[in-house]
Formats: sequence, C-alpha cells, structure tokens
Amino acid sequence: MNLLETVNLKKYFGDTHAVDDVSLTIAEREFVSLVGPNGAGKTSLVNVISALLPSDSGKILFKGEDITHASVTDRVKAGIARSFQIVNLFDDLTAFDNVTLAIFSRQGKTTNLTALAHLDHAVSAEADTILGQFNLVGKRNERARDLSQGERKLLDVALAYALRPKLLFLDEPTSGVSTRDKGQIMDTIASVVRGEGITAVIVEHDMDVVFKYSNRIVVMQQGAILAQGTPDEIKNNDQVAMVLLGSSGPDAFTRKD
Amino acid sequence: MSKNASRTGPSTPLIVACVIPILVVLMALPRFVDVYQIQLFTYGLIYAIAALGFNLLLGYTGLLSFGHSAYFGLGAYSAAFLVRYFGIGSIEVYILFGLLVTGLISAAFGYVCVRHTRIFFGILTLALSQVLWTLAYKFFWVTGGTDGLRVAFANLTLLGGLIDFKGRNAYQSFVQSYYYYVLFLFCVCTLLMWVIVHSPFGKALQAIRDNETRAQFLGIPIRRYRWLAFLLSGSFTGLAGILWVPLNGLVTPDILYWPFSGEIVFMTVLGGFRTFSGPIVGAIVFNYLKVYAVASTAYWQFMLGAVLLVLVLALPTGIVGTLARQFGKFRKRG
Amino acid sequence: MDILIIQILNSIFYACILFLIAAGLSLIYGVMRIVNLAHGSLYALGAYVTAWAIGTFAAGAPLWVLFLLLPSGAIAVAAVGALIEPTLLRPLYNRPEEYQLLITFALLLILEDVMHFLFGGVPLTAGAVIDSMGTIRILNLRYPVYNLVVIFIGIAAAVFLWAVIYRTRFGVILRATSQNMRMASALGLNVKWVYVQAFALGCFMAGLGGAVVVPAQAAVLGMGVEALTLAFVVVVIGGLGSLEGALIGALIVSFVRTAGIQFFPEVELAVLYLIAAIVLLVKPTGLFGRA
Repeated sequence: MNLLETVNLKKYFGDTHAVDDVSLTIAEREFVSLVGPNGAGKTSLVNVISALLPSDSGKILFKGEDITHASVTDRVKAGIARSFQIVNLFDDLTAFDNVTLAIFSRQGKTTNLTALAHLDHAVSAEADTILGQFNLVGKRNERARDLSQGERKLLDVALAYALRPKLLFLDEPTSGVSTRDKGQIMDTIASVVRGEGITAVIVEHDMDVVFKYSNRIVVMQQGAILAQGTPDEIKNNDQVAMVLLGSSGPDAFTRKD
Repeated sequence: MSKNASRTGPSTPLIVACVIPILVVLMALPRFVDVYQIQLFTYGLIYAIAALGFNLLLGYTGLLSFGHSAYFGLGAYSAAFLVRYFGIGSIEVYILFGLLVTGLISAAFGYVCVRHTRIFFGILTLALSQVLWTLAYKFFWVTGGTDGLRVAFANLTLLGGLIDFKGRNAYQSFVQSYYYYVLFLFCVCTLLMWVIVHSPFGKALQAIRDNETRAQFLGIPIRRYRWLAFLLSGSFTGLAGILWVPLNGLVTPDILYWPFSGEIVFMTVLGGFRTFSGPIVGAIVFNYLKVYAVASTAYWQFMLGAVLLVLVLALPTGIVGTLARQFGKFRKRG
Repeated sequence: MDILIIQILNSIFYACILFLIAAGLSLIYGVMRIVNLAHGSLYALGAYVTAWAIGTFAAGAPLWVLFLLLPSGAIAVAAVGALIEPTLLRPLYNRPEEYQLLITFALLLILEDVMHFLFGGVPLTAGAVIDSMGTIRILNLRYPVYNLVVIFIGIAAAVFLWAVIYRTRFGVILRATSQNMRMASALGLNVKWVYVQAFALGCFMAGLGGAVVVPAQAAVLGMGVEALTLAFVVVVIGGLGSLEGALIGALIVSFVRTAGIQFFPEVELAVLYLIAAIVLLVKPTGLFGRA
C-alpha cells in the first residue's frame, strides 16, 4: 500500500489550474523531489495535501484512508507534517521552546496546565537531541527571531520533524540561503530523514540538490505532472530539460561554471 | 556566561530571592500602616488578581479584551445576590457560587468571541459587557439599578464562619483580617497563573499568539485553546470581583460599564503586558494613581487616556518591561 | 396604521444616522485596516459641535443660517481626524494590532472627557432646526419635515460615497491602496496622503451623523460609546469594509431596534447583540464582507 495517494486532485483559482488533475503516489521511505518552473503548482499541491488549502475535487488517501476533508490538525495527528517556504516559527520563543512545543503537541500534553513545561525531562532531552541533529544546539536559548536565515530554515524543518511524521513535506528548505550553507542544510536534513526512515517530499528549484538526494523526481508544469522517474531517467528526458532549463542535450543539467 | 543574551525571563533562584522578602513585608504590613492604607492596598491586590486574569488573554494568548468588566461585575453581583436574596454571609460560598457563574458566562461569551480575528474579538467583548451593563441598569428591581446592592461587612464571615465581624472595633478587625485573606488568595492566584503560563498549555497559548498557522500545523487546536484561556481569564477576574464587593460594601452597574474594562486594560499595559509580573505591578501602581488623581481632577478619563497614549507611543513594554530591559543592559555592560 | 408609518419613517431616519457612522468606520477599515474605537466619540463630537454652533450663533436666525451651521460638526471632526492620523496612528502601522486598538481606545477616553470639559455635562440641543422646518401631514399624524430631510441626506450620502469610491480617480486610488498597499506605494501613489484623506473622510461621515442627529436627539455624554456599540452590530451584520453592508446593516439594525423597543423594551440592545452573535456564528464576514 502506498503511503500517500492523490486521485485526480484539482485546485483551481478561477482560470488558473494550480493543481490540475494530479494523481500521484508516494511509497514509504521514498525521497521525492517535486520540481518545475515557477507557477507549476508544486507549492499548491503541497498546500492542498497538507490542508492549508481545500481541494476543489479529487481524493487524497493517506495509508489507505480518505483524508480529503480532514482538518489540518487531523492530518498532523495522522502523520503528515510540513515545513514552510517562508520561514514560519514562533519568533518570540527560544529554539528550544519551539521544539519542545512540537513534542508536547505530538504527545498530547498541551492540555496540561498544571505541570511546569521545563520539568518534563524526557521532552527536554528529546528536544536537545533534535536540536543536536539539526546543528542548533548552540542556539538553544536564543529566540527564533535572532537566528540566522540558515538556522531558521533548519529550525523550521526541525519543528516538522519533531512531530515524528510518517510523511514530511519540505517546501524549498534551502531557498534564500547562501550556496555554501545550502549543502550543509541539505546534508543535515537528508541524514535525519534517511536515518529515521521518514518519507520525504521536497519542493526544490536547485537541480543539483534534487539529483543528489532524491530517489524519485516528479516534474510539474502548469499544475499537472509532466514526467516522473529516477534522477537518471529525468536527466535524459529532453522534454523535461526544455521545460526546466530551456535547452536539452546530454549536458543540459550540468552546471556551467 | 554571555550566551544568555536572549533569555526569556529571570531565573528561578532570582525570582524566589525577590519574592520572599516581598512576602515578608506584605505579611507584616498591618503593623506599620493604618487601617485606611491597609484597605487601599487590599484594593490593589484585588485589581492585581483581575489584571493577572486579563493578561492571560492579552500577554500570553494575544487577545485584547475590552470587556473584562463583565466578569469582575458578574463576580461582584453574584456575591451581592447571595447577600440580598439568601442572606448568606460566608465568603467561601460567595467564591464558589461566583466562580460558577463567572465560569459559565465566560464560557458562553468566550465561545462566541474566540471565533474571530483580533479586531472583532476586542469589540465583541466590549459589546457583550455593555449588554450586561444594560441588563444590570434596566432590571433595577432585581439588581438595585443605580442604587446598587449593599454587602455589609458586619454580616460577613471568613473561613466558613470561624471569623466574623461584630462587636467593638469591628471595622478595624475586618480590614485587617480581610487583608490577610485577600493576600493569601492573591498568592494562590499568582502561583496558579505562574504554573499555567509555564505549563505545556501555556506554551501552546504563546505559540498561538506568535504564529497561529504554525501552531495549527503542530496539531494544536487553536479555537479550543483560546476558549479555554478565555474561560480561565474570566474566572480569575471574576474572583477579583467577588473579593472586591465586601470591601467596597456596594455594587452598582458602574462596575460593568466600559470605563472599568478600560482601567483593567490600562493597568496591565502600564505594568507591561509581555511580562508575568507586569499586570501585578501595574495594578498596584494604578490603584494609587487613581486614588490620588481622582481626588485632584474631574477629568480622570482624560488622564487615563493621555497616559495610555504616552505608554503606547513611548513605553510599550510598560514599567516592568522597561525596567527589565534597563536591567539587562546594565548586566551586559557590567 | 399611521403609527406604523411613523415607526417605519423613524427607523429609516435612524438607519441613515447609523449608515453614516458605519460607512465611516468601514471606509477607514477597508482602506487602512484600522478599527477606530474612538469613532463613536467622533460622532458625539460632531453632535456637540453642531449643537454648540447653532446654539451660539444662530439664536433666532433664519433657517438657511441654521442649515449652514449644520455641517460644522462634520467639518470639525474631519479636521480632528486629519490631525490624529499622522500624529498618533502612523507611528503604529508597523506594530502589532493590539497597539492600534490601544491607542484608539486612549483616544476614546480623551475625547469623552474633552467633550465633557468643552461642553459640560448638560445635554446640548439644536431643536431650533426641527422646529423651524415644521411638520408635514402623513395620513392623520404630523411628522417633522426635518426627519425627511435627514433621510434624503442619508440617501444622498450613500450615493455620494458610492460615486466617490467607484466613479472617481480618488476612489480608484482608495481601492487600490486598500487592496494592496505596497503595490500602490510601488506604483508611486502617496500612500501617506491617501491614508490621511481616507481617515478624514471616514471621520467626516461620523461627524456628519452626529451633526444631523442632534436637532432630533440632544447631544449627551456617553452617546459616543452607545453609538459605537450599535455601529459595531451594523458592520458585523453588513460586513466590515463594505459600503453596501453598511447600508443594509444599518437598515436591519434600525428596524430590529425599533421593533425591539416596541416589543422587548429594556433589552433591545441584548436582542441586537443576540442577532450579531448569530450572524458571527453563521457568516463571520457578514452579509457583504470579504474574508
């Protein structure tokens, strides 16, 4: 059984077909990259699946169950988590508090108003472990708004990860970050995701990142899936190269620098 | 260790070190000041409880209520009704009944109010409190109208009837005993609120305040938690109202009228609504300000408004917030 | 039957007043995303200024003088608005919403006492206007001509506002700024100037509401907050930011209020709030509001 399946999913904004009849399956432990030019519908697709946007028609099945009309919190409880393209953190809370919050929520402890949060050592320890996995230990007591852009991006992903999801959507986790930091960030994310066996879907523009980490690439254009396959298959797909880069041929995807 | 540059609050040992001497002073207060000052300070403690409750919504959940007079007034009127219609003198009964009433109404009002954006929320709370005021004002045969309802301390008993106030020096003994009673409840409320805001629930509230969307995507049910915060907030403020009426001796519809809601907002902003102790400090300072200012001018609302204006434009973090920042700068330099 | 017609006319009269207040509130919110808690107090200020002007300058004067003085309240309030926006509101645009609410609340407190100070605690009337216009015969009863004039003013104001917003260049600028402030600024529009004008216009409407109501209903302390709470019900039902909503909402609220006073006196306010609460539960953005 596939972990996630969308069936003829549609989301239209008037005449714009943001998500146009998309039928996609994601199997467990895959690391899927969702690519395409701007406006292709990648983020819209993620938004619909994560319930940020309601779909117009079609179905979404998660672990065989129909979650098409489930609320955001229901989908989170079911095991879907996401990070955000524009960093979305609790700016006035420390990095540590950001992560512990996710853990408390996962454990259903947020209704507890008679116990002191920082006395829950299990949660604190887990939060510190996660911060360690994302190289954020040194910034534990800093407010989220005071972190660097790269650290904020990592924290954004760490929050989603702290929910221990089955399926993790990462919306451009390296956008707005310098090239040097990009590699580090992606390495960190990939090692965490692979290490825990989490299924990940990543929306990404940087094809180097895409080819390096994915085991499947889904190319979208104008709201529909244009092609999908392994990195090699996509590399040799001229149509994809045309759409993504405006040129084709064996060297189309090689960086020219 | 300079890594603590962005600490989000004073450390626990520091808090304990500050609180203990304050408590000692407060306990000994009646020995040093006269009856009038004790009574005045008791009012300050009562307002502090009200402001603590109010700030759970504003400072921690990010919801600005302009109608908290409703809960204060409900508490006060509940106690007064028990006196007027059932001749009850036990303050414990006032507290139990009053909390029940305030809890129910804040649950109902909260259900309607928390479904909305911050702007609508504020005005909706104002409007609902105005409705209560209208009811208290117009149904005068029940509520005493503008004459109000009396609650004489002579019939009051504390601790389930153990302490009463008849006989010689009744008033003096009342003020003194009542001071300790309120002080005790104030400490209980402060402790309770401190635990609440430092609990996982409290963290969740702050998350909702900071970033509603992300809180949702962490699986936090926004509306339900806001409603719960509203219920708790109204209950704390309701308790303050219950405690207020025996001291004041009288409850009139004025306590439900919007200017009093404004005073609660003002005292919280004065103290600093992004800190835990801000509302307490603000309430106590405001209490003295009011007594001495009302005595000197008929245009009390203007003064309130003008000071609030200055606060918002120049000192948005209030007394405690500004002091904390100055202290932080001092520590960094030293 | 006659009484019914009078009641209907009175409801329409009051609806016009409510419309003026609510339209101003909605306009300011629509363009600037500010809810002005002092809006009701500005309405009261309009009433006071007009009553004072007529009382002071027009004792025994002919009707045309009275009518000339009528808008004085509206103009005064617009001027106050034009002063307030750049000095008190602009510094807070980048700050969290709570601060805007707090400062307009501070304004409310200040204005209420300013009116107390300037005009005293005694109600001010401008009854001379109503008296000199006489009454008109409707079936078997007599109805003040002035009230009909106000209804006409209300309709004229609705048409005027609609024309300004949808048919003038200024209106296009207003709508553009309200939809996308940054874009408007990037296109070279002087957003600061737009904001002052929009705020002044909104305040003018409130002041006009006060100015036209005061011949019929004396200016008293506390009328501002009462008006604010009613105006709030209007925009809840009609939708904040919508001109049509202000109109329809004002009509609904006014008629329900009249019926309420007739059948559930003492609690007509509670009835109105019940309706507002129901509307908020069912359609939170109001009848014509945008999400």
